[in-house]
Amino acid sequence: MTRKRRRLYLLLGGLTTLGVVSALVLSAFSNDLVFFYSPSELRAHHVPAGRYVRIGGLVEQGSVVHKDGGKAIAFRVTDGKRDLEVQYRGPLPDLFREGQGVVVEGALAGDGTFRAAEVLAKHDEKYMPREVADALKKTGHWQGEHPATVKQ
Amino acid sequence: MIVELGHFALVLALFVSLTQSVLPLVGAARRHPGMMAVAPAAALASFVLVTMAFAALINAHVTSDFSVINVVENSNTDKPLLYKITGVWGNHEGSMVLWVFILTLFGAAVAWFGGTLPPGLRARVLAVQGMIGSGFLLFILLTSDPFLRQIPAPANGDGLNPVLQDPGLAFHPPFLYLGYVGFSVAFSFAVAALIEGRVDAAWARWVRPWTLAAWCALTIGIAMGSWWAYYTLGWGGWWFWDPVENASLMPWLAGTALLHSAIVVEKRDTLKSWTVLLAIITFSLSLVGTFLVRSGVLTSVHAFAVSPQRGMFILLLLIVAIGGSLGLYAVRAPALRGGGLFAPVSREGALVLNNLLLSCALATVFLGTLYPLFLDAVGGPKVSVGYPFFDRTFVPLMVPLLLAVAVGPLLAWKRGDLLGALQRLWVAFAVAGVVILGGLYAVRGGPVLSVFGFALAAWVATGVLVEWADRVRLFRAAPGEVWRRVLNLPRASHGMTIAHLGLAVAVTGFAASGFQQERIAAMRPGDNVPIAGFVLHFTDVGTDKGPNFNADRGTFILTRGGETVAVLHPERRFFPLQQTTTSKTAIHTNFLADFYLALGDPDGKGAWTVRAYWKPLVPWIWIGAVMMAFGGLVSLSDRRWRVGAATRARARGGAAVPVEAGE
Repeated sequence: MTRKRRRLYLLLGGLTTLGVVSALVLSAFSNDLVFFYSPSELRAHHVPAGRYVRIGGLVEQGSVVHKDGGKAIAFRVTDGKRDLEVQYRGPLPDLFREGQGVVVEGALAGDGTFRAAEVLAKHDEKYMPREVADALKKTGHWQGEHPATVKQ
Repeated sequence: MIVELGHFALVLALFVSLTQSVLPLVGAARRHPGMMAVAPAAALASFVLVTMAFAALINAHVTSDFSVINVVENSNTDKPLLYKITGVWGNHEGSMVLWVFILTLFGAAVAWFGGTLPPGLRARVLAVQGMIGSGFLLFILLTSDPFLRQIPAPANGDGLNPVLQDPGLAFHPPFLYLGYVGFSVAFSFAVAALIEGRVDAAWARWVRPWTLAAWCALTIGIAMGSWWAYYTLGWGGWWFWDPVENASLMPWLAGTALLHSAIVVEKRDTLKSWTVLLAIITFSLSLVGTFLVRSGVLTSVHAFAVSPQRGMFILLLLIVAIGGSLGLYAVRAPALRGGGLFAPVSREGALVLNNLLLSCALATVFLGTLYPLFLDAVGGPKVSVGYPFFDRTFVPLMVPLLLAVAVGPLLAWKRGDLLGALQRLWVAFAVAGVVILGGLYAVRGGPVLSVFGFALAAWVATGVLVEWADRVRLFRAAPGEVWRRVLNLPRASHGMTIAHLGLAVAVTGFAASGFQQERIAAMRPGDNVPIAGFVLHFTDVGTDKGPNFNADRGTFILTRGGETVAVLHPERRFFPLQQTTTSKTAIHTNFLADFYLALGDPDGKGAWTVRAYWKPLVPWIWIGAVMMAFGGLVSLSDRRWRVGAATRARARGGAAVPVEAGE
């Protein structure tokens, strides 16, 4: 076993693994990237039903309805221009509240409502998800670093 | 006054660190013993100074000195003492002071225990440590000064984010930082070796214990973070592939690879330049992790404050540290010639495979974590990469790695016998086969992947035990002989066995998540709900008052076959100061399964939303992690590292002039 032979084996092994990894990553990227939209963008991009996406916005005031003895919940997410009806069944994060920022992950159902698989509380100490802040800025509904809607 | 002293100590520490990063380097180049001797003294001095600053900051928090802005923004008189102390690093400024405190602690440890190092190497290692310290001290003093005053002082402070008011804050960040920052020692050794142009077995023997220590701390730190996320409702469970979690996983993967490749350098004097590169990469990823978490590019409970100025500064530090060390590597690495040759099938080959798979897994985590940030930075669409991506890339790469864990230690150095190794593993084949067949029959269309996970874990565990039994000649020699062999086996070998068994235990815990049972119900006092063979009885909800919160405290009785198993008290806590509600889950564990209970909202008509989960084998994740870290500690106690008596004797008997071969 010479130094050259060893290097060749190492190189071949490395390249094979690299190929496998690239294939894995590329296939995962084409299927598993989750795009983030505000409710307006969701309409504008004509996202098909069943496509897994993230939606960010504010939980519309007065829209939260508990169903099925508190096991399920429905609410509307708004970016100030458009809103989206969300259905969800599962644990809500502690900081979920009307008028506050929220990120929901899931897919549109055939009836145009959004079936959330996950409601996220990715808050920083300002209680505003970054993506939501950006989305609100785009629609012109951002009210500064301390929007009145955030504090109770 | 104490605050000003702390501030002054921090400024002084910066100048000491600057001295530490320049003089010893010049001294080592000119072989000037006096200038080289500055290094250990400066390392100890900067440790003492930073300790003073850290103590002053803790004092300000404990005594609620509201003339200090940092205390006002993060503390409150009502806060319990534990959270006044841990709140010191529950904010950006304080956590950076903790970072530098641990960095100087490691610097002082190298100075203290490094008496047997060649003076040139020690001077250079400490100089590099000094450079890192200078960078971060400058960062603290220029952008994140925790000692800034505010006159007049307000009567009370804003308090700490309620989600951080948890015992987890006392341990998770310090252990994580011990790991992150501990890798700086391996980094400094790598850069020093590149400057000297020399890497040998002795170098690896010095690097490995530091890497091991950092790795153990990081393992514990990650496990604690995972446990904290697990018992906190809404944080996605024990692992969510959140970018913040990935930021800590990346240095762990690189550190694990480094741990293994350093063995090859030590035993076989080969793979040198790769090991040096890994040491640089590992600490670079620690810095990337710090940048990701601290700069505010990611939103999470970890991102304390979003300030572009801070982000730019850390980014600059990152570029200098990573760019500089990689540049040096590009220039000097070709000079590091490998030693011993080996066949592809050999212990070295197995360790190369380990490194290859770990590096590839690392690359997938790196891509998945940074791609969304990259896309956002160039103005592309906003995307997120969640667990489906990692399930399809990271997990498949772990399968061959786990298969190889059992085989690698059975191969001989230089040239191994794969067929022989596989024959010796017949028990492991049998056990894994039984697990697959039995499991598939038992679940019948259930979580099939979990069964394969169990089989992999069984394969690893049996393989590890076979190797250990071979070494001590279990069942083949007289009991006395076996016992003698157990005692004579190097601690490093026992450490490996324990750590690999821990891996198998943790994999079992990961795989079992497919069997979780969940029950969400609206319950009234007196209601019973069946779950996983238990009956959950809801007694009532009372009120409770904590030091700085009011709580609704539920009482539930868990029974099985009419017998009480546990009484559980999940809570909902309301913090008036922050107007925030948090959930305190109640968990009953018997180390085989967890019963996990959370109290939700009342519906106003007497019913409460209750979430109950039965999570089999989940505790094994943390038991496995603790075993891995314990294995690392056992290996660390190996007499080989105990600052060898032989080396010291040689140094004493040798010439007065330090021997620096290779220069």
